[in-house]
Amino acid sequence: MKLNLRVWRQNDQVDKGRMVDYTVDDASEDMSFLELIDVLNEKLILAGQDPIAFDHDCREGICGSCSMVIDGQPHGPQKATTVCQLHMRQFNDGDTINVEPWRAGAFPVVKDLVVDRSAFDKIIQAGGYVSVNTGSAPEAHSTPVPKAAADRSFAAANCIGCGACVAACPNGSASLFLGAKLTHLGEMPQGQPERYERVVTMVDTHDAAGFGGCTNTGACATACPKEIPLDVISQLNKDYLAATVGGKRRKG
Amino acid sequence: MSFSDYTVGAPVVDKAAPDGPIETRWERRKFGVKLVNPANKRKVKIIVVGTGLAGGAAAATLGEAGYHVTSFCYQDSPRRAHSIAAQGGINAAKNYRNDGDSVYRLFYDTVKGGDFRARESNVHRLAEISRQIIDQCVAQGVPFAREYGGLLDTRSFGGVQVSRTFYARGQTGQQLLLGAYQALERQIHAGTVNMYERHEMLELIMVEGRARGIVARDMVTGEISTHLADAVVLATGGYGNVFYLSTNAKGCNVTANWRAHRKGALFANPCFTQIHPTCIPVSGDHQSKLTLMSESLRNDGRVWVPKRLGDDRAPSQIPEDERDYFLERKYPSFGNLVPRDIASRAAKEVCDEKRGVGPTGLGVYLDFADAIARLGRPAVEAKYGNLFEMYERITGENPYETPMRIFPAVHYTMGGLWVDYDLQSTIPGMFVAGEANFSDHGANRLGASALMQGLSDGYFVLPVTIGDYLASTTLPEVAPDAPEVLEAVGAVNERIDTLLSINGTRTVDSFHRELGHIMWDYCGMERTEEGLRKALELIPELRREFWNNVKVPGTGAELNQSLEKAGRVADFLELGELMCLDALHRAESCGGHFRAESQTEDGEAARDDENFAYAGAWEYTGRGEAPILHKEELNFEYVHPTQRSYK
Ligand SMILES: Cc1cc2nc3c(=O)[nH]c(=O)nc-3n(C[C@H](O)[C@H](O)[C@H](O)COP(=O)(O)OP(=O)(O)OC[C@H]3O[C@@H](n4cnc5c(N)ncnc54)[C@H](O)[C@@H]3O)c2cc1C
Ligand code: SF4
Ligand code: FES
Repeated sequence: MKLNLRVWRQNDQVDKGRMVDYTVDDASEDMSFLELIDVLNEKLILAGQDPIAFDHDCREGICGSCSMVIDGQPHGPQKATTVCQLHMRQFNDGDTINVEPWRAGAFPVVKDLVVDRSAFDKIIQAGGYVSVNTGSAPEAHSTPVPKAAADRSFAAANCIGCGACVAACPNGSASLFLGAKLTHLGEMPQGQPERYERVVTMVDTHDAAGFGGCTNTGACATACPKEIPLDVISQLNKDYLAATVGGKRRKG
Repeated sequence: MSFSDYTVGAPVVDKAAPDGPIETRWERRKFGVKLVNPANKRKVKIIVVGTGLAGGAAAATLGEAGYHVTSFCYQDSPRRAHSIAAQGGINAAKNYRNDGDSVYRLFYDTVKGGDFRARESNVHRLAEISRQIIDQCVAQGVPFAREYGGLLDTRSFGGVQVSRTFYARGQTGQQLLLGAYQALERQIHAGTVNMYERHEMLELIMVEGRARGIVARDMVTGEISTHLADAVVLATGGYGNVFYLSTNAKGCNVTANWRAHRKGALFANPCFTQIHPTCIPVSGDHQSKLTLMSESLRNDGRVWVPKRLGDDRAPSQIPEDERDYFLERKYPSFGNLVPRDIASRAAKEVCDEKRGVGPTGLGVYLDFADAIARLGRPAVEAKYGNLFEMYERITGENPYETPMRIFPAVHYTMGGLWVDYDLQSTIPGMFVAGEANFSDHGANRLGASALMQGLSDGYFVLPVTIGDYLASTTLPEVAPDAPEVLEAVGAVNERIDTLLSINGTRTVDSFHRELGHIMWDYCGMERTEEGLRKALELIPELRREFWNNVKVPGTGAELNQSLEKAGRVADFLELGELMCLDALHRAESCGGHFRAESQTEDGEAARDDENFAYAGAWEYTGRGEAPILHKEELNFEYVHPTQRSYK
C-alpha cells in the first residue's frame, strides 16, 4: 500500500509545531499503525532527518502509552482499539492520514506526538486508592463481594489511563477517567470507608490540573479503547453530590 | 584468550537462608533480622528502580515503613510498567477449592516445574507468601474474578492438577499492577516516595564496594543526574528483548542489570529463557513485537499441521485423516496441555520438517472447530471472546471460522542477577527483585508464578531483608562530587557522546533485528554446540560493527528515542554473548534450555544432575573478555530430582 501521512511535528514544548507531509510506499496491511511509523522513522533516520517521537510500550493495547489522534479521532477509526492495535488493513491504498498528538490543556505536548499526562497520576494521588498498608490485610475471604459488583468494578478498573477520553472531549474533561477509578473502588466493599472523601479530593485535583468540566457530550466513551461505560460519570456525579450537598464526606 | 575460554572461580554461596526445617526458615530469618529504629527510617534513603509489580510493591511498602524512597521508571507513568500486560493469573496456595493444594504442593510444583534448577529455600518462601499476596491485593480493591457466592474464583493453569490461579479476566497483571501503583501513588502523596518518571538508569554508583546510588538520564531534557542512597533496589524486569521479537513491551531492557553486572554483580543462568507456545506468528519484516495468546486457549483448542509436506490447501480443505494432531499423538496423556517448553519445541519440529502453516511456514493451527461443535459457539465466545477479537484485529482472520495460527515466541527470562535468600546481589547494598533476579523459577517458570514472585519480593521479602542490611551496616556520607560519583557520570556522558558521534550507515533497529535473528537461530528453542559457537563468533562481529557504524540522529539534550534504544541495544550485544556462552557451557537440557546433544531416545530433554545441578553465576571481566563462572551448588533436601514425563 502507498500512504500519505501528515504528521504533527513539534520540537519541544515551546515550539509552535506544524503538520509535515510524508509518504510511505511499501506499507503492508498486516502492519500495525505504530509499525508504519517505525518504517517511516527508519527512512527518516537514514535520510539524516529527525524521526517522529511517539509514546508506546506494550503494543498490546494495555499499557496506555500510545496516544495518537488519527484523522481527528483519538486512537483512530476502529472501535475499542488502541492505536498500537490498529492495523493498516483498516485503511485504503492511497489514503492521506492525519496524525496528531492528544490535544488538551492539561496534556501539554512534549515533542511531536508525545504529551505529558502526569496530571492523571496527580488525580490518583489525590485518593485513587484504598488506604491499606502492606501486611495489614484481613484474610481475602473475610469479605465476600457480590459477583455483579465485582464485575462492574472490573469493567471500570479496565481503564488504561491513556487519555483518549480527554483528547476527545470538547472541554478537555477527564471525567470518564475519574469516574472509572471512582466506580472501580466505589463498587468494592474495600473502597467504602474513603468513598466520599475520595470523590471530593479527586474532583478538586482534576479541576486544579486544568481539565475542563463535563457537559455530557459522550465523546469520551465513544473514543475510549476500553469501552468504559458512560454511566461511570453518573456515579461520579452522584457520589460527589452525596459527599458535598448530602454531607456524607467525613469531617476534618 | 577468547570469550568462550571462561574459567571457573570460587563457588558462590547463599549465606542468608537459615538451615533447618524448610517450613520455618522464613519465620526464623524474619526473627533474625536486625530492625531499623523507626525514628531513623526517614533518614535512610533507598532507591528503587522499576515500578512493575516488584518495584512498585517495594517502593510503596518501604514508603509505608517510613523510609525515604526514590523511585524510577522509563515510562511516562509508573502504571505502565510491563507487568501491566500479564494476562492469565497469579498462583496462591489458598486451597479454597479443597482440592488438596497446600504451601508444600505449590513449593513442590514450582521446584519440579523449574526442572530442579532453583533454590529450595526461596521457592518455599514464595509458596508461603503467596497466600498473603491475595489478601493484600483484595484489600486494595483488586477486582478479581468471583463466583456467585461472592467468593474468589480460581482456575487451573499451566499443567498443574489443582485450581490455584486467581485472575481478573485476561488482565490479571493490569489489575495487580494498578493495586501496587495506587499504593505507590498514595506514598508519593504522603511524601515518602519521590517519583522520577521518564528517567532511565544508566549507571550504578559504587563507593567502597557498596551500591550507593545511580546515574539517570531525564528522557525529556536529556539531563544526567545522580541520586545517592543507602541501598539500591533493581526491579527492572526481564531481558527477553535481546531476541528483538518477544512478547515483552518494546522498552524492556537489560541496561540497569547489565550496568550492575559490569560493576561486579554476578549474572546467573542467563541462557534460561522461556518460549511461549501460543503467540501470533510473525507477519513480515516490519514486525516489531509478538503478541501472546493466553495459554488457556489450549484447554479447548487442538493443535495440528497437515501430515503431508508442502500441503498448502486451506485448513478447511484438509480432511481429518490428513491432519497431524502432533501433541495428542506424541503426548497421549497430556495432549494439548503439555508444558510450555514441550509444546514450543514440538511446534518447531514440525515447522523444521516443512509442515508449518501460513505464509511464512512458521506456524501451526490451533483449531476450535471441535470445541465449537461440542460446546456451541456462545460457550466458546463466553470463554475466549476477547482473545478471538484480539486475534482477528491483528491477523484479519476470524478464528470462529478458520483455525488460529500460532507459533512460539520468547516470553520470559528465568535468568537474572544472582541474589541470596535476602535478594541481595553480590554487590552489598544492591538488591534485585522480580523478573530481574534469577531466584525462584530455575530453568522453567510455571504459568502464573511471575506475578506471585514479583509481589512476594516487593511487598513481603525486600522490606524485611533490606532493613537488616541497613541496620547492620554503617554507611559513610557520600559527597555529591566524590570521585566515584564523578566517574560514573563521566562514563555515562562518554557513552552517550560516542553513540551520537559514530554517525554510521545503519539504524539501531537494524542491529537489534540482526542480533535477534542470531539469538533466535542459535540460542532459541533448540541449542547445539555448533550453533552456539557460531553465535559466539557472530555477536562480537556485530558488536564491533555497531560501535563503528550505527547511526543515532539528534543530540543528547532532548527527547531522543533512537539514543535510548542505542544504549539498550549496546548492552544486549554484550548480554547475548554471555547467554550463548552460558548455553554452551551447560551441556545438558533442562527446562527451557534444550541442548540437542542431551536428549533421551525419544527426543525429550535429558537433564544431567551429576554435572549441572548448580546455578551458573557469571562474573564480568571486560567487554568480550572471558568471564569467570561461579557455581552455586543446589541441594535438594525435600523435592528429589526426577525426570519429567508428560507422555
Ligand atoms: C504478555 C505477557 C503475559 C504474561 N502473563 C503472565 C501471567 O499471566 N502470570 C504471571 O505470573 N506472569 C505473566 N507474565 C510475566 C510477568 O508479567 C512478568 O514477569 C512480571 O510482570 C515482571 O514484573 P517486574 O516487576 O519484575 O518487571 P516489569 O513489570 O517489567 O517492570 C520493570 C520496571 O523497570 C523499569 N525499568 C526498566 N529498566 C529501567 C531503567 N534502565 N531505568 C529505569 N527504569 C527501568 C520499567 O520502567 C518498569 O517500571 C507475562 C508476561 C508477558 C510478557
Ligand atoms: S477512560 Fe478510556 S479513554 Fe479515558 S483514560 Fe481510561 S481507557 Fe483511556
Ligand atoms: S502501546 Fe501499550 S496500549 Fe498501545
